[in-house]
Amino acid sequence: MHGIELRGLTKTFRTPQGPVEAVRGIDVTVEAGETVALLGPNGAGKSTTLDMVLGLLRPDGGDVLVFGSAPQDAVARGAVGAMLQTGQLIRDLTVRELLLQFASLYPQPLDVDETIELVGIRDVAGRLTQKLSGGQTQRVRFALALVSNPDLLVLDEPTVAMDVEGRRGFWTTMREFASRGKTVVFATHYLDEADAYADRAVLMANGTVVADGPTTEIKAMVGRRTLRATLPDVPLEELERLPGVTHAERRGEAVVLSCSDSDAAVRALVARYDDARDLEIGGAGLEEAFLELTR
Amino acid sequence: MSGVNAATYVRYEIKRTFRTRRFVLLAFGFPVGLYFLIAAPNRDTHSLAGSGLSAPLYFMIGLTAFGAMNAMLSAGARIAGERQVGWNRQLRITPLSPRTYFRTKVLTGYVMAVGTMALMYVSGAILGVRLPAGEWLHMTWLILVGLVPFAALGILFGHLLSVDAVGPAMGGTTALLSFLGGVWFPIQHGALHVIAELLPSFWLVQASRVALGGSGWTANGWLVMGAWSVLLAAGAMAAYRRDTGRA
Repeated sequence: MHGIELRGLTKTFRTPQGPVEAVRGIDVTVEAGETVALLGPNGAGKSTTLDMVLGLLRPDGGDVLVFGSAPQDAVARGAVGAMLQTGQLIRDLTVRELLLQFASLYPQPLDVDETIELVGIRDVAGRLTQKLSGGQTQRVRFALALVSNPDLLVLDEPTVAMDVEGRRGFWTTMREFASRGKTVVFATHYLDEADAYADRAVLMANGTVVADGPTTEIKAMVGRRTLRATLPDVPLEELERLPGVTHAERRGEAVVLSCSDSDAAVRALVARYDDARDLEIGGAGLEEAFLELTR
Repeated sequence: MSGVNAATYVRYEIKRTFRTRRFVLLAFGFPVGLYFLIAAPNRDTHSLAGSGLSAPLYFMIGLTAFGAMNAMLSAGARIAGERQVGWNRQLRITPLSPRTYFRTKVLTGYVMAVGTMALMYVSGAILGVRLPAGEWLHMTWLILVGLVPFAALGILFGHLLSVDAVGPAMGGTTALLSFLGGVWFPIQHGALHVIAELLPSFWLVQASRVALGGSGWTANGWLVMGAWSVLLAAGAMAAYRRDTGRA
């Protein structure tokens, strides 16, 4: 049985500006126990897809199965925990009380104190939820997702509101939870997060899946850099034979080299052409990489 | 979901409600304060406006109806705030069934309403209201039944309106329904009476007629209450479905 199975999934929203096809027929399978990143720029359809996995949105077409059943049934069994992209906490309960109340809804919750330790919120456990900072609120929302002890954990851009330290702690906890045999799916627009914390990445752009594979492969595809240099009178074919260079283009006096390994390319370029000037290395952003992939 | 777990959920929901000071003050303090203001100067009036009911008794039930109505509406209307922070989406990915969710909201409203009733009964006794135990119970029963449409109306508001709109909507509704229901003075004749008899708040206030002997509500009263309950419960259900996108 698969953790998640999406078949020909589509969703269109009606807006005043006309219909927006948020998800245009995607097929994705996530095995139980896998940690998968849903990677893509804003507007790629990541949240819409996750909302359908959670049963919060009804697909216009296609099927969603979570552990072999409809999302609503998986949710009713208590098999799903999620940290949604937006959302605050209800007021007038302490963090610990809120976790106790939430845990009571699930058949096999984690121990509330264990969860508090796991997420590192002991210092605010007795505080009313409306008195928390933004970062603390995020951590409590993560604790809510974990306390249900779900088989599937869904995280929709969980680290957006966190500082660097908060992020590190968050991912450490996520990995420790995933190592208990849990299935984890998280949406992100950071390649680094997908690379560091997922087994596999599914790349989305414009409501479609443009790539799906081990994060190392995905990184090679989209983690490209460009090397720009002023270098007249050198044939492009020659430049394309340099180590680490996949493609070369001329722009007036300058050349732009797409690199699979920019470090190797720089060394080779400087060693071979001592008249190369104005070297610039640019990270091809995810958005650009996506544009290239979807072209 | 097992009953034990639902009990934990309900317990914290009630705890949370009682921690909201403004809410508690409005539900408890306001009716009691108004009662002493209105009824105390008239404590020796034995038949208010020829109704056959003493002023302390009439206003005790009038303000109980007012306070309980307020408590029930606010309990449901709090949903608007929970929706605003996205809490309803969070709840929808838990095993909490819509049925338990609604029961919890209604039960929380009733706990607040019963608190108001108890405080008002004590206030009434202080101003000299004396009734046989059977009549206290009968009155209480009628008020509890009469709050059903208000529980539904609160949930309807909570799912239909935004946080900004829900306050004025509730305030307006309570003001209008308490005026036309006879909270502030008995409505016994004329066009106003014809309208009043069609409103659930009127029959809430009429629970005080238990003290005149007889059954308190006429058949017409039960009919009006039943119709409003069914109508508003259907409305609440529709608002919930529209809100959550469930068919």
